[in-house]
Amino acid sequence: MVAADLLVAQNIGFGIIALLMIVAALRVVTVKNVVHAALWLVIVLSGAAAQYLLLSAEFVAITQVLVYVGAVMVLFLFGTMLTRAKIGAEADLNNKNWGIAVPVSLLMFGVITWVLIDGFGDERLPNPDEQTQVPIQVLSDDIFGPYLLPFWALSFVLLVAVIGAIVLARKD
Amino acid sequence: MLTVQFLLLGAVLFCIGVYGVLARKNAVMVLMSIELILNSVNLNLLAFSSRLGSIDGNTFALYVIAVAAAEVGVGLAMVLLIYRNRRTIALDELSDMKG
Repeated sequence: MVAADLLVAQNIGFGIIALLMIVAALRVVTVKNVVHAALWLVIVLSGAAAQYLLLSAEFVAITQVLVYVGAVMVLFLFGTMLTRAKIGAEADLNNKNWGIAVPVSLLMFGVITWVLIDGFGDERLPNPDEQTQVPIQVLSDDIFGPYLLPFWALSFVLLVAVIGAIVLARKD
Repeated sequence: MLTVQFLLLGAVLFCIGVYGVLARKNAVMVLMSIELILNSVNLNLLAFSSRLGSIDGNTFALYVIAVAAAEVGVGLAMVLLIYRNRRTIALDELSDMKG
């Protein structure tokens, strides 16, 4: 194995971003302030966009930043603002029996980790320079070619979601 | 880079999201945890897309992002409606349909 195959810079970048994402995700589910949780979620979503760049999926990374960090977070902050006037820490954001969730998720994590390491082990991703770079044109050919029908269905889903959200949130 | 490191990061995010869905009482926080789960799914899709050298994973990830945006819109509208009717969005108090 040559040193150039190891992609040291990419791996260090992955490690730092992954650590940041895990810490921020843990803060999202443990912090006592809804607005702070939304802001921690921004870090997780931006980190995910950076990981998509490492996987050479530029268009998905840009879409992630536009849709999630831009639109969805604004929706979350509006939702927080409209459903409670209270700004600041709250004592009772957790269920009464939230303790059961810890072993459940830990058990799930253990099983998934075992299966993944057993199944993929030290299999390597193709290096970005040797794998065929996928330009956005190929992606659009994929969306508007074999996946055209799901694309139409998706536009109807978005239309229904927009109308449904207006109907539900209207005041009368 | 190994395939498994991206898949393991996805697994960590997924399990944290599941913990959030199970443990949180506030409906907005549960929706945020669902976002964590959907992001871990996207990470897996893109890792497999890169592993197989196929573009289909990117397409699926884009569709997942669009569906997630629709889901958040409708979900927050429902939360708003519940808040307007009940003055609370604590999920354990919404037990009218409990048998």
